[in-house]
Amino acid sequence: MNDLALIGPILAAMFAAATPLLFAALGELVVEKSGVLNLGVEGMMLVGAVCGFAVTVQTGSAVTGFLVAAFAGAATASLFAVLTLFLLANQVATGLALTLFGVGLSALIGQGFVGIPLEGLPKLFIPGLTDMPVVGQALFGQDIMVYLAVAAVPLVHLFLYRTRAGLVLRAVGENHTAAHALGYKVLRIRFFAVLFGGAMAGLGGAFLSMDYTPMWAENMTSGRGWIALALVVFATWKPVRAMLGAWLFGGVTILQLHVQGLGIDVPSQLLSMLPYLATVLVLVLISRDVARIRLNAPACLGKLFHPDA
Amino acid sequence: MSFIRLEPRGQASKTMVYVTPLLAVALTLLSGFILFLAMGFDPLKALYSFFVAPVTSVRGVGELVVKATPLVLCAVGLAIGFRANVWNIGAEGQLTLGAITGGGLALAFYGEGGWWLLPMMVIGGAIGGAVWAAVPAFLRLRFNASEILTSLMLNYVALLLLNYLVHGPFRDPDGFAFPESRLFEADATLPILWAGTRVHLGALVALLAVAGGWLLIARTFIGFQIKVIGLTPAAAGYAGFDQKRIVWLTLLLSGALAGIAGMGEVAGPIGQITASISPGYGYTAIIVAFLGRLHPVGILLAALLMALSFIGGEAAQIAMGLPKAITGVFQGMLLFFLLASDVLIRYRVRFGARRAAA
Repeated sequence: MNDLALIGPILAAMFAAATPLLFAALGELVVEKSGVLNLGVEGMMLVGAVCGFAVTVQTGSAVTGFLVAAFAGAATASLFAVLTLFLLANQVATGLALTLFGVGLSALIGQGFVGIPLEGLPKLFIPGLTDMPVVGQALFGQDIMVYLAVAAVPLVHLFLYRTRAGLVLRAVGENHTAAHALGYKVLRIRFFAVLFGGAMAGLGGAFLSMDYTPMWAENMTSGRGWIALALVVFATWKPVRAMLGAWLFGGVTILQLHVQGLGIDVPSQLLSMLPYLATVLVLVLISRDVARIRLNAPACLGKLFHPDA
Repeated sequence: MSFIRLEPRGQASKTMVYVTPLLAVALTLLSGFILFLAMGFDPLKALYSFFVAPVTSVRGVGELVVKATPLVLCAVGLAIGFRANVWNIGAEGQLTLGAITGGGLALAFYGEGGWWLLPMMVIGGAIGGAVWAAVPAFLRLRFNASEILTSLMLNYVALLLLNYLVHGPFRDPDGFAFPESRLFEADATLPILWAGTRVHLGALVALLAVAGGWLLIARTFIGFQIKVIGLTPAAAGYAGFDQKRIVWLTLLLSGALAGIAGMGEVAGPIGQITASISPGYGYTAIIVAFLGRLHPVGILLAALLMALSFIGGEAAQIAMGLPKAITGVFQGMLLFFLLASDVLIRYRVRFGARRAAA
């Protein structure tokens, strides 16, 4: 009976913890589908987190905050796009640079905002549904961003697999030379994909700072951007599987908090390792199947393209 | 087509290899000028207190060397891996592990040390770092898992492990529950090389690593294999080079060097094990490796510059109340500008409409 009462809040917390990962992973998934590997997710999330937070504190409007966060994420991503697409810089190195830069920039912007509390977003309440036992709160008592993240999953799927633009984007990711020969603007398509990835990472970061925590602290994403990158591999580049993966990691994050609540005597630092160790484990399990990765990974992932060459 | 376009050079420009790092530094300074101006500081004064004032004293120059030491050690190892397309970005974790294992030996033999303790700590630190780097190597070769993500995840694990240890087993029994170990004894502390500064024996070790790294890359068959694998993996395959061995070698080597760097921090300037032993040396070392053109000598110069950004950040914080986070912004910007200007090595910038092909 007591255990059952716990399941509801745990599930609810799991969906909330999964949301920033889901935003970031869906964005990166589209980026990678277009053939670009942007390792700067962590940096874009941090910039989105701090910009969204700062704007919300100053304007009092969470909507403005999230819009600015998405814009800031995209703006940060545009640096990466210009460097890798037009100046042909190495994508791995540039992605790392983007993360290092984002960590520094967000700390700089956020220095005046440390320790300021925010209220977070209002939670949904539907009489009869939200107060349903066990799953009521988890399914019908979240805030709007949690639902938006989930809604983005079918949208991204439909875009990629049911629209012409999605088909072109995938073609560019699979074989940029052929797509170019057919007259598609490879660089322009990739540019917008990277911007989308940045905006989604920005939203994910802003969800953390404006809603989940809700406060700003330096480096507050603590590796979630990297976990999102791992999730894309785990999902074998499929949106629905990315959602399942995000829930799994949300679960691991919450588990770590609840194990202590259950009175199991494990040092908190060792429990905090769980999400990172789980990421490694999941990567190993999925990457082991080389054929499957090769079949699903965009063939031009991480390769540079110069239209004149 | 477009007004500005890139035209491939027939051959990579040797000049540009040396010019672009300087161009990147210049562009970073220019951006710093604009940034300080936008933040309402006197930009010239700020740049002076950031990049010049810290090194106007003997002590300041010493600090530069102290901060450059771990950067060189980490970056030399990373660069060798990067050349072979082995993306170890876990130097921060490997450094932390080296501090744990190397420093742990100092605690284990507390009160019963001797001349042998320091060499043992160096070896212990190297092994700790190498073991931490062996995990991504094994996972990549056995399970095809990206070493980028696994080595990075292990950074967080290592930091949490350190945090656990200083709150538990490593905590100073007489330390009033502060999360710090005992202060290391003289037997377990690296000797100071330059009186009046904190420059320690690790600086010499770093120079040795530069020389060794250069020898390995430029003068050995393994170095040749590393370069071939990095430039054209297919050719390396046809030549029958054992790529697995190179992955092991580069990861273990960079892990060991980072481990030594971590051991050098706790046995050098810090003198004990604390919860924060590195302001991100392992990450900055990535920038150092690229800025130094993946060449050991270049890395030495780049490490000094990055060390300056660390002490400059601290100095500017004290002198002008500038936020310390500026250091990270400068470091990131520098790498951006470098990567951007690197396009000049392989391409010419042409203005005007394309002429008809001859």
